[in-house]
Amino acid sequence: MDLVGGPQKILHKISLNDHMILVLLWHILHLIVKVIYFVWEKMRAIESYLIANGIVKTYEDLNLDRVKYLGIVVDSDEARETSKVIELLEWISDIGVKKVCLYDREGVLKKSKEVFLEKFDSMGNSETNQKRQMDFEFVSIVDGKETVAKAANLLYKKYYSDPNSEKPFFTETYLTEALRILGSNEPDPDLILIYGPTRCHLGFPAWRIRYTEMVHMGSLKNKKFGLILKAINKYTKVKQNYGS
Amino acid sequence: MDGNRRYSKQHNLIEGEGHRVGFTSLMSMLKYCYELGVKYVTIYAFSIENFKRSPEEVQSLMDLMEEKIKGLINEESIVNQYGVRVYFIGNLKLLSKPVRLAAERAMDATGKNSRAVLSICIAYTSTDEIFHAVLESCEEKRDKKDEKSVIDVTDIERHMYMGVTPDPDIIIRTSGETRLSNFLLWQSGDCLLYSPPVLWPEIGFRHLVQAVLDFQKHFCYINNQKKIGSEV
Repeated sequence: MDLVGGPQKILHKISLNDHMILVLLWHILHLIVKVIYFVWEKMRAIESYLIANGIVKTYEDLNLDRVKYLGIVVDSDEARETSKVIELLEWISDIGVKKVCLYDREGVLKKSKEVFLEKFDSMGNSETNQKRQMDFEFVSIVDGKETVAKAANLLYKKYYSDPNSEKPFFTETYLTEALRILGSNEPDPDLILIYGPTRCHLGFPAWRIRYTEMVHMGSLKNKKFGLILKAINKYTKVKQNYGS
Repeated sequence: MDGNRRYSKQHNLIEGEGHRVGFTSLMSMLKYCYELGVKYVTIYAFSIENFKRSPEEVQSLMDLMEEKIKGLINEESIVNQYGVRVYFIGNLKLLSKPVRLAAERAMDATGKNSRAVLSICIAYTSTDEIFHAVLESCEEKRDKKDEKSVIDVTDIERHMYMGVTPDPDIIIRTSGETRLSNFLLWQSGDCLLYSPPVLWPEIGFRHLVQAVLDFQKHFCYINNQKKIGSEV
């Protein structure tokens, strides 16, 4: 009779069963999470409807002066639906935002630049007032880390390549200035609306989002006008201490 | 770890008590993380911007940090319990000598630990980190005397204070604030940002579970984004 091997085999079977039970429990947990998300999405849709139709008046007062620069981060796959992006921009323009920074990781929005510029009039061009007015900046991942590397090379060339030249007392402004020379001369966005599966800034240039509020809006195809009003309104009420 | 001062006000505590309660929350959260098998935890303890606070508050925070850093190397501390290697991340030259020495001692004392890593961001801002890495890259190139080589992203990342750990998967900021406030801006490109409305001293296990479940739900998407990021 196998007195040692027997119980060991039983224990092994129990552990395997335990493991399967744990995996099953994990799947059930995630199923519950899916259901909760689904319900939450429906509630957000109702909330958006109530806000957009003026039934809920909490978010009506938009102090747009505080939103000097709005950023929109879009998942690159979703960004390929140019018509959806244009629809979003039309809503943003109707709200009264005049200057928008459009970001997607792969530069899909950059490639469709002409389409957007054709639909919207630049703020400086007052010849036609039939089109909605909006100024754009198009940004992608190459404007982030790679641009910082280029700025490093610029600083090297200017201050390090000549061994006899005296180096200044460097501060962050030197890097900001080098980035500006490389084309990064727009202000930091005050608020970015993220359209995609998760709340993730997807590589937006690090130097420009120090104190930027980041709000996840859900997927671009399910965008909701009322929720944009809510996000902007909430932003205008935020109090930042900037560390102090 | 936002919300210590608000917690203090809400509970009518004396000034500075909120930070002490916050420290207890931190110890709990670290235990939960290490028990769950999280290997790398990074905390934002003190920003360079926080030096703008009143001298009394800054001094009280420095005293608290010195006290707690010294406590980290005790036998019974969480760091020894879980075999945690501690790094102090930031412009340590800005710290007062006692705090800096305590930090260096703690880094030495935990140097052999290898089961987990705790990175404590102190006198840190992301822009200072990036700027410092750029300058170090320039100096490295000058010392190599290789005029043909070009500074690239890998050179800069090698000189980042946070180069000792991989990029984070989740960043949690409490008190419902939706900004990063100059924290890990460079490293958070593929990171899930989670902002529960709870104040830091009130954070609990369920918040961590919520963040982890959210991360697991979007794991495939986030992983895919990382792959795209390395190709683009």
